[in-house]
Amino acid sequence: MDASTASPPLGDDHAAALRKDRLIERWLMLSLAAPALLLVAVCLLVPIAWLFYLSFYTDAGAATLINYQRLVEQPSYARIFWTTFKVSILTTGICAVLGYPLAYFMSQLSQRAANLCMILVLLPFWTSLLVRTYAWLVLLQRTGLVNSWGMQLGLWSEPLPLVNNLTGTLIGMVHIMLPFIVLPLYGSMRTIDRTLVQAAANLGASPVQSFWRVFLPLSLPGLTAGALVVFILCLGFYVTPEVLGGGRVIMVSSRIATDIDTFLNWGSASALGAVLLLSTLILLGIASRLTKGLSVTGVGH
Amino acid sequence: MASASALDIHVRQVSKSYGAVAVLDRVDLHVQAGEFLTLLGPSGSGKTTLLMVLAGFTRPDSGSILFGSREVIRLAPQKRDLGMVFQNYALFPHMNVAGNIAFPLRLRKVNAADTARRVEAALEMVQLGGYGARGIHELSGGQRQRVALARALVFEPRIILMDEPLSALDKQLRELMQLELRRLHEKLGTTTIYVTHDQREALTMSDRIAVINKGTLAQLDTPRNIYARPNNRFVAEFIGESAFLNVTVSGGVCRYRDTVIQTGAAAPRDGRCQLMIRPEQVQIIGGAPSDGMNRFSGRIVSRVFQGDTLRIEIDLGGGDAITLRVPASAAGLGSVPADGGPITLGLSVADTTLLPDAR
Repeated sequence: MDASTASPPLGDDHAAALRKDRLIERWLMLSLAAPALLLVAVCLLVPIAWLFYLSFYTDAGAATLINYQRLVEQPSYARIFWTTFKVSILTTGICAVLGYPLAYFMSQLSQRAANLCMILVLLPFWTSLLVRTYAWLVLLQRTGLVNSWGMQLGLWSEPLPLVNNLTGTLIGMVHIMLPFIVLPLYGSMRTIDRTLVQAAANLGASPVQSFWRVFLPLSLPGLTAGALVVFILCLGFYVTPEVLGGGRVIMVSSRIATDIDTFLNWGSASALGAVLLLSTLILLGIASRLTKGLSVTGVGH
Repeated sequence: MASASALDIHVRQVSKSYGAVAVLDRVDLHVQAGEFLTLLGPSGSGKTTLLMVLAGFTRPDSGSILFGSREVIRLAPQKRDLGMVFQNYALFPHMNVAGNIAFPLRLRKVNAADTARRVEAALEMVQLGGYGARGIHELSGGQRQRVALARALVFEPRIILMDEPLSALDKQLRELMQLELRRLHEKLGTTTIYVTHDQREALTMSDRIAVINKGTLAQLDTPRNIYARPNNRFVAEFIGESAFLNVTVSGGVCRYRDTVIQTGAAAPRDGRCQLMIRPEQVQIIGGAPSDGMNRFSGRIVSRVFQGDTLRIEIDLGGGDAITLRVPASAAGLGSVPADGGPITLGLSVADTTLLPDAR
């Protein structure tokens, strides 16, 4: 070491010891994450790899592309993917339209009132998803509460088809997904400095103008985060479309279940899962590219 | 200095209370056209509330506010046409510097070419020419302050409000910006209301200072008069350093204990008064009698070296004390007797100021 000859020899041994301390500290830190990392590896990465592997082999063990070939050749599969994305996009859109005003309202309340509201928003999580879904079935069916009240009040004369179709599925899914978009939206709105809105008003912006030009752009990160969470959860949803769709809304997850339960066809089910995963990743890539572009033009404004 | 378009402001009987607490208590204030007026007061005095009432963000309970001849008390903030510099600058983080400054122009439907020209001119004015494309997060505190100023000036408002705009800056930059704001004001001649709790800032920048205490106007005057002739003890204590001695006035003659005190102005009504003594106004004098001086004798209790000056506490006996400042030069330091030693101080008659007894 040249430096040790130039400077007094004091402290070089300490340097080594300090370096070691730093290393130990870093490993200790990492060890805190180890259990979770291990769990993810065992319960997520390994099964996914296994899934991919299965999709390329027949039951007899011969390598094959038949599972993917079938996905392309049979139009029913294209329809299933189309339904899955349609339901997911519609649910996300409706959640955004319903959740944004709610989150805005909550962000304008005092901390106490906002916390109370937050508890109300999270209330549905206290009961099981299955129970809530069946509750909707009871409410929405031909002789259910909604139809009988609607007809008694004279709002409509024939029972509306509210369940066992797309409408029922969407009602159920929006109900379940709403908190997932309200939470991040509320979080990002809380962090928006109120003086920014005041500044906009001071500079001559009407309330509508200051919302569009200042508040909305600043709440976009929360909106995209929430929308992505909802969208991804929707893609793999099983219970609600199964119960409220009445067999007319077949999403990828339902098809995977029938492939395994009814036909014991692991290869076909795996291929479906793999394609869904891939297409989700591609979509996410496009979405993040788009939002990045949006924020860049936002700065250029 | 008033430019032709500057507006005066009449604040009349404006009150605002939160529950039982009166934050503003029937405030009357007349700001002249083109004036730089500072609202000065301790925190919680209501000065910021008054500014927010003027800006339209806080709705007062009663009163009247005129910009020129126009009543604005019920007018929405966006219709008041005020430039405002916020304490935290409130720059829009999703727009760059030019976007922030162009914001009020876009709302006023100024065309693109004029907007670009005026944005650049505003940036030049605050010495940030060529910074238009920078993001807000790339700027230092001082630069943000200038951008906020440019944004408040670019649409040529006839009144500008500033809410402690320099409080986040370090001392040197703050003093630089004080002079720069003052220079800008002299150039533009816009009516300006400036809020601060920093008395030195207020004295440096203002044409007039309105001292606010407990929601009322304690005094409104020029910096020189506020400092030299405070109306009451609150103003005297809040601005500058001062000691107070109890004096009595009878038959137009003022006495401290048994000594007659000569005053510059006519002595007030008979009764108890307070004599205000600023540390820099008293000086050490020898035993010889001197004309035009009121004399006080005491003992030196302590001395503290403060760089430019030496601060000396003098005990007059009977619980009265005076503080004295001596320049920390060789001559100044040499003139001070040893601790515990007797000392005689002189206060010139012209500087002798009496205040009413009640606070």
